Amino acid sequence: MALAKRIIPCLDVDKGRVVKGVRFVGIRDAGDPVEIARRYDEQGADELVFLDITASHEARETLLHVVKDVASQVFIPLTVGGGVRTLDDIRVLLSAGADKVAINTAAVARPEFVKEAAERFGSQCIVLAMDAKQVSGVGEPKRWEIFTHGGRKSTGLDAVEWARRMTAFGAGEILLTSMDRDGTRDGFDVDLTRAVSAAVSVPVIASGGVGSLDHLVDGVVKGRADAVLAASIFHFGDFTVAQAKARMRQAGIEVRL
Amino acid sequence: MTTVAVVDYGMGNLHSVAKALQKVQPGVEVIVSDRRQDILAAERVVFPGVGALRDCMNALAERGLEQTIIDVARDKPFLGICLGMQALLEFSEENGGTEGLGILPGRVLKFRDSLTDTSGALLKVPHMGWNQVRQSVPHAIWDGIPDQTRFYFVHSYYVMPAQRSVAIGETDYGGDFPAAIAKDNVVAVQFHPEKSQQFGLKLLENFLQWNV
Repeated sequence: MALAKRIIPCLDVDKGRVVKGVRFVGIRDAGDPVEIARRYDEQGADELVFLDITASHEARETLLHVVKDVASQVFIPLTVGGGVRTLDDIRVLLSAGADKVAINTAAVARPEFVKEAAERFGSQCIVLAMDAKQVSGVGEPKRWEIFTHGGRKSTGLDAVEWARRMTAFGAGEILLTSMDRDGTRDGFDVDLTRAVSAAVSVPVIASGGVGSLDHLVDGVVKGRADAVLAASIFHFGDFTVAQAKARMRQAGIEVRL
Repeated sequence: MTTVAVVDYGMGNLHSVAKALQKVQPGVEVIVSDRRQDILAAERVVFPGVGALRDCMNALAERGLEQTIIDVARDKPFLGICLGMQALLEFSEENGGTEGLGILPGRVLKFRDSLTDTSGALLKVPHMGWNQVRQSVPHAIWDGIPDQTRFYFVHSYYVMPAQRSVAIGETDYGGDFPAAIAKDNVVAVQFHPEKSQQFGLKLLENFLQWNV
């Protein structure tokens, strides 16, 4: 009997539609966000993450409608991210029905933003989203750095240090994406996940690379993640969330059934 | 028609609470308000909240609502959720020590940093996610909800009432803590029923039908 490990389907939203790209290119349409959110809720998803990948002004309005619609029909926690830059962005998302917001690029641009956000809205709703890429060579001790702009722009920030600093600033959870694995279906970077999870006291969501149900198990068992996030294996009907939970339970992981 | 006031004092996601109440009983009139007269006029009161207790107490003070909450907690069916539960106690360790409303004797404590589970693994704080609630005392809010059902939690502090007998539900996170408490017309839960899918909605429905 213990706290359950969470399974979190992620919906990348572009102009009001759910899409999924491979390494942020080659985007495929996966459907209507409200319909998909309802389906995952029925299958037993523990939370949902929405990432707005357009984040233009018009797309913002569309996203807010999506969040409102989902929040009035689906009674599980919703995290929304993508283009969150100001305290007002956060306020608007929370009042549309988001329970947490994910901050990524804006934290890199100005780390104090995370502190201000946590002080204003509480750590429980501030998720630090970080995109990390391995920078160490073969034979060297493993090291990862934070990248922005879909993995194209290096920041020189050490990923483990960054996670520590952001939780000290008040981030209540970390959404950790491996840019080496995202969209590949090769499985999580479990070394990265374990390194970050061991460095911070807050929950860590592993993201990037899930292609099979065993990858989800690995994220928890090998990566010591508190939650696992996946998109394409659910969107394209390869597996249901219920199947994912059954597989995790078989592996001895505590889940909500 | 039943009216239920959701106390709006700028602390968190009230819309999901209001939406959830509407969903479980479409006939209910849900009023989200920070006005004393609305809260006093309602038949039932829901007192939600997320964030830090000091901000919560300041926000109540700014709106002149402390006495209103104390008054309605005396005789109306009253549901505190998360921070709205913690604010009912006398004192919290949060923000270097903060006084609460003192409606229930007891304190609010922080989860220690070194908590471990039965396998010895270090537990994360905040306690975030779906955990089981043992229904230690029968209560109308548990109607139709199986014992040990999982609810969604997100918190770093928990209540420790002076009389443990007011606890009606217990959750294990490095040891048991009171996840639900009840005294007379007041019931309060640490988890978020409005985010706890069908059984969370069931609990809200039970609250709306509760005859004190």
